Amino acid sequence: MTAIALRSDDGRRTTEDSGQIGRAGIIRRWVRVVCHLAVAALIGLCCAAPAAMAAKKDNALRVADDQVLDNVDPYFNNVRIGVIVSHHVWDTLIYRDPKTNEYQGQLATSWKWIDQKTLELELRKGVKFHNGAEFDADDVVYTLNFVSKPENKATTQSNVDWIDHVEKLDTHRVRIVTRRPFPAAIEYLAGPIAIHPHAYYAQVGPQGMNQKPIGSGPYRVVEHAMGKYIRLVRNPDYFKDSPKPQPQIENVELRFIPDRQTQVAEMLSGGLDLIKNVPLDQAQQLRGAPSLQVVSAEIMRYAFLQMDSTERTLAPQLRDPRVRKAIMHAIDRAAMVKSIVGETSRVLNVPCFPSQFGCSDEAAPRYAYDPAKAKQLLAEAGYPSGFDVDLYGYRDRDQLEAMIGYLHAVGIRANLRFVQYAAHRDAVRAGKAPIAVWTWGSFSINDVSAGVSVFHKWQADDTGRDPEVRELLDRGDSVVDPQERKAAYAKALGLIAERAHVLPLYSIPVFYVAAKDLVFVAYPDEVPRFWEMRWK
Amino acid sequence: MLGFALKRLGLAVLVAIAVSAIAFLLLRASGDVATALAGEGARAEDIENIRRIYGLDRPLVVQYFDWMGKMAHGDFGQSLYFKTDVLALVRDKLPTTALLAMFSLLFALALSIPLGIVAAIFPNSWIDRACLALAVVGQALPNFFFALILILLFAVMLPLLPVSGSETWANFVLPSVALGYYVAPPFMRLARAGMIEVLASDYIRTARAKGLSGPSIVLKHALVNALVPIVALAAVQLGFLLGGSVVIETVFALDGLGYLAYQSITHLDLPVTQAIVTLLSFIYVGLTLGADLVNAWLDPRIRVG
Repeated sequence: MTAIALRSDDGRRTTEDSGQIGRAGIIRRWVRVVCHLAVAALIGLCCAAPAAMAAKKDNALRVADDQVLDNVDPYFNNVRIGVIVSHHVWDTLIYRDPKTNEYQGQLATSWKWIDQKTLELELRKGVKFHNGAEFDADDVVYTLNFVSKPENKATTQSNVDWIDHVEKLDTHRVRIVTRRPFPAAIEYLAGPIAIHPHAYYAQVGPQGMNQKPIGSGPYRVVEHAMGKYIRLVRNPDYFKDSPKPQPQIENVELRFIPDRQTQVAEMLSGGLDLIKNVPLDQAQQLRGAPSLQVVSAEIMRYAFLQMDSTERTLAPQLRDPRVRKAIMHAIDRAAMVKSIVGETSRVLNVPCFPSQFGCSDEAAPRYAYDPAKAKQLLAEAGYPSGFDVDLYGYRDRDQLEAMIGYLHAVGIRANLRFVQYAAHRDAVRAGKAPIAVWTWGSFSINDVSAGVSVFHKWQADDTGRDPEVRELLDRGDSVVDPQERKAAYAKALGLIAERAHVLPLYSIPVFYVAAKDLVFVAYPDEVPRFWEMRWK
Repeated sequence: MLGFALKRLGLAVLVAIAVSAIAFLLLRASGDVATALAGEGARAEDIENIRRIYGLDRPLVVQYFDWMGKMAHGDFGQSLYFKTDVLALVRDKLPTTALLAMFSLLFALALSIPLGIVAAIFPNSWIDRACLALAVVGQALPNFFFALILILLFAVMLPLLPVSGSETWANFVLPSVALGYYVAPPFMRLARAGMIEVLASDYIRTARAKGLSGPSIVLKHALVNALVPIVALAAVQLGFLLGGSVVIETVFALDGLGYLAYQSITHLDLPVTQAIVTLLSFIYVGLTLGADLVNAWLDPRIRVG
């Protein structure tokens, strides 16, 4: 699974279930501000406290995550920490180098498309699972045939439902047959598609795999206390030819700590060595702590503002492209990036992440911040005094409030509806959200088919419904020739921007806080690589 | 007495059923479970599929009675998120929460009774005001904020205790203080009021007249009588502590029922949330019923009234 679905809602900022900014919300914000101030004040005092060096001495690493992993089996969870565990405990057939985005062989040594729907893979010899079983074609055949059957209820069906079946040609050669032409298959095989040992998996199933996980990856699970921690130990027999380097850290403990302030306190007291998704304001404060380092990275997640221009829209004004363009000109994205989003973020011109295959903004017009032009466009459209509209969002409230401020400045009286992720999605699908701000992680799939195609091919989340865009995306999603795919996507993205179906906002940065002596590199796919970390 | 007890018991059962029904409706109204379960990126078909698999497409009333019927047979269903038996999950986490509630109660009593006594001995003095201020702060301070302050003081600046986790007894100290301090004020007020009343009574005057020492009067004669209402309040507060543990367990990453409740609410894991709400309401109702019956047994006037 894996790459899969990021946390369904990025829960931390989605606590209010009803819409408007209530009194409780204001009080809670103030309390949060007070908490931050307290943390800030005390960081100074704590600087003198020496960080515990126990982990470094033992060549161990202690990491915290705020999401509990419901099932370690990568096909049966949809949380980010599940993706991280998957990449460490299991291997995939193909590996994508996070620095170059090039594909390399992992459990497979080579692969080729036999026809539009058949991919043949040569498998690596001499790889062993953690239980000593030898890896071969049976493992690929069993795992993929099992997880791709809907009745086995893999959590994120879109990760596996493109697989029709897998055939064994000989002990180290298989053919994957897809249900439809699916050029993004290579990317999926390098992400969510982990390989289980077939005999063990057939015997214990997903629940047994959760209790005693067995993979072939650089780390083995030694203990999983559900809701508390997962302990990993270095796999000494990890195969030497893997594109993942031999791990150096001996023991890794992943603890589940839901409260971010508690995580920060653990970092300050030396009880943890690495935390992620630290909010910008806290990350800035923690830069002052001498025993810690703050690492920021842009991730494969972008924000965009969606405008419902379908017939059912609650804001018929949005059906006029001039109104949508006015909104594009009204928001100063560059200023937002600089002041509240974070320095590793960048303004986007198309709704996709720049490293994704097919993500090109060449054909897209630029919408500069120009409130005067926005007002003029509104006047031309017949709304010189603006209009009232609801704006839905489910995370990063400060950013939503900034956008609302910008919209008010040109006369669009946007009213914030801050809801849970599930409620947000329901509102969009039911046509109740005229403006909705999303962030999208594309399941960490480095291909625009996992992003743009979800929102612009007339499926439930498409609020633009442009037939030309749909046709272009259909072509991009189904032809195998890379050049033809790129051309189709570039044109589709150009049309989306030109017709202002959505306002692409910016890429999302993530902030990690790590012990100062830890050698740590952050990657856009939000997977920290324990296997390449080490202590200075 | 039996009639009174039966009447109270019947009322308690009705309250428990009403709570479970209201909780069921509120939880269902809080968001679409199928969408939450499906997670980000799920397509409309996936969500429909989940709705069918979990029986979420049936009328609410049918779902409620189905759940009640199964629960009566001890079957709380499967967790939608953890995919394990709800009862086993709850049973696994309950001891941690029970320990936390007990330690918190002990801390609350250990703090509030001496303070209440001192305040009662010197009523309206600066000592009384200081005790009152301490109580007001405890009541006014949000407990998660107080918890963070405790962490920063006793785990970060003075690394005496662990920040989070539930492995050793040391993990329970800060959460018990944070939670206990929050419930201490009512005990203190009750101890103070009770002591003032008792200290002004005739038998204390008699004890003084007999020439007994101050501490002996306060501890042996007055305190015992002033404690009776505190015991009744402790029963009710214990129920409150079990519920109040949601926030504290989340802050300290204590792996108990409260933390489980937080997780299940975050993931709209209805069977688990429902089981916890029902269990806590049963405990609360049970404790209140017990306190009522004990009071009625002690004081016949209540039975008649």
